[in-house]
Amino acid sequence: MKYIQLIGLTLFLTGLLAFTVIPFLGEYTISEAIVLDNTKDIHQEKMKELLAPMYGKEYSSSFSFIRELNQKVDDYNSELKAESKWDQVIWDDYSFPLAKASLSSPVQNHPWLFLFVSIGLTVLGGLFYNLPKFKGEPEGIKNNGIFHSKMKNRGWLGMLTGSYLILFYVILYWFPAYMVNLVWMVEPLSLILSGNPASQWFLYGLIYTLAILVMGVRMFRKYKGNRYQQIRTASVMFFQTAFAFLIPEILVLLNKPYFDFKNIWPLDYSFFYDYRIETLTSSGAIGMFMLIWGILLIVVGVPLFTYFYGKRWYCSWVCGCGGLAETVGDPYRQLSDKSLKSWKIERYLIHGVLVLAVVMTALTIANYFSAFSFLGNVTNQLHSFYGFAIGSAFAGVVGTGFYPFMGNRVWCRFGCPLAAYLGMVQRFKSRFRITTNGGQCISCGNCSTYCEMGIDVRWYAQRGQNIVRSSCVGCGVCSAVCPRGVLKLENGPEEGRINEMPILIGNDSVKLNA
Amino acid sequence: MSPSKHIVILGNGIAGITCARHLRKGDDKIQITVISGESKYFFSRTALMYVYMGHMKFEHTQPYENWFWEKNRIDLVQDWVEKVDFEGKKLYCQSGKTITYDQLVLATGSKPNKFGWPGQDLTGVQGLYSKQDLELMEKNTESGVKQAVIVGGGLIGIEMAEMLAYKNIEVTFLVRESGFWRNILPEEESEMVGRHIREHHFDLRVNTELEEIISDGSGKVKAVKTKSGEEIPCQFVGLTAGVSPNIDFLKGTELDVDRGILVDQLFQTNLKDVFAIGDCAQFREKPDKNRNLIEQVWYTGRMHGETLAQTILGKPTPYKPGVWFNSAKFLDIEYQTYGQVPADWDESQVLNFYWEHSSGKVCFRMLCDSDGRILGVNNFGFRLRHEFFDKAIREQWSGQKVIQNLDKANFDPEFFAPYISAIQRKYAEENNITMKISKPSFFKRLIGAKL
Repeated sequence: MKYIQLIGLTLFLTGLLAFTVIPFLGEYTISEAIVLDNTKDIHQEKMKELLAPMYGKEYSSSFSFIRELNQKVDDYNSELKAESKWDQVIWDDYSFPLAKASLSSPVQNHPWLFLFVSIGLTVLGGLFYNLPKFKGEPEGIKNNGIFHSKMKNRGWLGMLTGSYLILFYVILYWFPAYMVNLVWMVEPLSLILSGNPASQWFLYGLIYTLAILVMGVRMFRKYKGNRYQQIRTASVMFFQTAFAFLIPEILVLLNKPYFDFKNIWPLDYSFFYDYRIETLTSSGAIGMFMLIWGILLIVVGVPLFTYFYGKRWYCSWVCGCGGLAETVGDPYRQLSDKSLKSWKIERYLIHGVLVLAVVMTALTIANYFSAFSFLGNVTNQLHSFYGFAIGSAFAGVVGTGFYPFMGNRVWCRFGCPLAAYLGMVQRFKSRFRITTNGGQCISCGNCSTYCEMGIDVRWYAQRGQNIVRSSCVGCGVCSAVCPRGVLKLENGPEEGRINEMPILIGNDSVKLNA
Repeated sequence: MSPSKHIVILGNGIAGITCARHLRKGDDKIQITVISGESKYFFSRTALMYVYMGHMKFEHTQPYENWFWEKNRIDLVQDWVEKVDFEGKKLYCQSGKTITYDQLVLATGSKPNKFGWPGQDLTGVQGLYSKQDLELMEKNTESGVKQAVIVGGGLIGIEMAEMLAYKNIEVTFLVRESGFWRNILPEEESEMVGRHIREHHFDLRVNTELEEIISDGSGKVKAVKTKSGEEIPCQFVGLTAGVSPNIDFLKGTELDVDRGILVDQLFQTNLKDVFAIGDCAQFREKPDKNRNLIEQVWYTGRMHGETLAQTILGKPTPYKPGVWFNSAKFLDIEYQTYGQVPADWDESQVLNFYWEHSSGKVCFRMLCDSDGRILGVNNFGFRLRHEFFDKAIREQWSGQKVIQNLDKANFDPEFFAPYISAIQRKYAEENNITMKISKPSFFKRLIGAKL
């Protein structure tokens, strides 16, 4: 069994190495035809002329190719900017499509082979490693050695993992031209699913889904004997695979708009952007259905489900970000900061992002209905700021890249505007709470340590107070790790749900508020 | 604001700290000082095992952040008190410091029992109670330990076994009684835990007593010898045969002590302005017919602290414990108990109901008096609600009423197997009555765990 895990680890590392090396393969040769194919009509003439010196030249690395390409465009743009000819500047970044089209590499000839050697091996290795875990051991809590681990306690392995993730996200969001080899690798798969060529987002979606599935298997092993954890994990695996990955691609194949039926504004911050509204309104009945479905989720779905079940129905059962956090991020859940100070920062930040998202969306809608006479192009600037700062930097780079540094819910806790909205409903109008079991708490601290949201669960448990916190995603791990059976996630009557001044039972000498 | 009086609490465990917190809650003026040599900040003693096993760091066992004490003006002094001058109301510390008090609360806790076994002070032989014990255990098991022997089958013993297993050390468990914790647990429960101990590959030896601990010649342990003459090689010995009050430095003073510091129902000692609470206190009279003279669990320590604080604040409050409860975890099996379930009982006086799941890891026991009124329950492997049983036992519900309403007592997470229905079914069958068996919702039956 140990050997199988060792083989798994070897396969995983081999796959990861291949994945890291593949972007460096091949040569880049650009031609006039490529430029014409991959630029907008208004830029075609100019781009053709700007890039002419590069035609026919063979670049042996993506670095020299992309540097020269960007240099040519930048030089042209800076001249125009100096002369304040803003409308002539080429704002579009063509480096990704041009690099993709100019590449000639072995990956294009054998995409399936390369896919297998890289992502395939990591998946296989991950399964080999996870499936035999805890075999032959009785069911129970498997937290042995976590704080002695170099991976899970901010040791060098954790630092390395975090840095790799951050680097991956930075390239994905801002320098995708450097990963065209990887995109070519998933090209045939994309053609099968949606009939369209692959983009970096398809590659990302595929990796994301596979990561949730492989690490979901790990959750089944780790929490065997805990049905709540298993069902919840199966749920996020299902929603990611079906709703976030397959259904949108298949919709495109059927000539329908790309749509993730479980993504909700304001997490899906671009839902009300004009281009998306136009796509939906121009796609017939199904487009209208999608628009109405999306709005219904916001105004009816969120309050109703959260009233009955707490925000967990979304955050730890359905959501994609939550899905990644609960599977890939689970080994890092103990790294969240539990201090009162971080709770204060959390409240400012998350509600700040919510306000920003709401204001931006309100302006966008107002602008749309005034036919852009209200603010003109200003909303575009706002969109690109939000997309950069919140959508990419916060949710992606920090949200996932920081797993090994600050725990697996950094984004959900400090940034997600939908979590803020769900949280307000949960705090003020919901049947959900974590009940504490009378006087049974021994203040050991397992609950607080393993709370991914940084809630100091013990603070409440030891004074017999129900835990009613807007941030609680209802993962149920506090209840699982409690050695004395003190915590229970419950939906129940609102009366008595919030007990600010609890009395610990068991002492008849005096009735005290703990 | 000048302090009205200075209360010094000796010991920062759950009893002392709870007392300090409630003193501050009730009075803004008094000066409160807590002295402990063990650690500056309050931590949860019960969690020491998790630090050893890497589930937590030591700082995670501290229930309050460090700023809490300054904010609440509870002065913390890390020092060992060596001598108390009760006459002059003065404490002499190891560092040479002296501290004066107006009122003194002794909450010095326990120390592991050593019964004068030959070799009990060898290197590699220790108990587990304090932070220092934990550090010693980390040092003692750092390298070169392949086999260990644990003497005494109780809560700390099984914790120590689990800790040693984390380091892949083979554990032999010597238990004097006929089963694990058999002086507290009824036979079936004790058997269940025993099976689980063996499932974890510990060598559990019941009816086995320690004769002596054998040195390797250099002052380190190399084996233990049992009363039957068998020698078990080991490089580490855990002494876990209970604890006793930590009051050595108070013996031979004017303070009245027996095994513990003798106190009345107000926690007053024989000396004016001196009180004792927690593990180190010994009641002159039982606080309740079912209670011991010395109470050594977390929960009672907390209740002592809550209660004494009221007396010091000028509201003399005698200690009146409510319905007994306790809990523990034996490796992977959780245990809770409410009310009175002794290890053995008189069959003519007590009605016994016992249910065990086919897995052999989940069980429920309820004892009733001869009139059928509930005395107490034990539950293993699943969770029951404290509030429910506190009420049922206080109000002397009939056993049948308890079982009929048992679904309200369920405290297991959602989608767990419906043990409650199985218990109800067995109870109805045994007593030849018809009873409405509670049924989980359709959805839960569909995807939840099965019996």
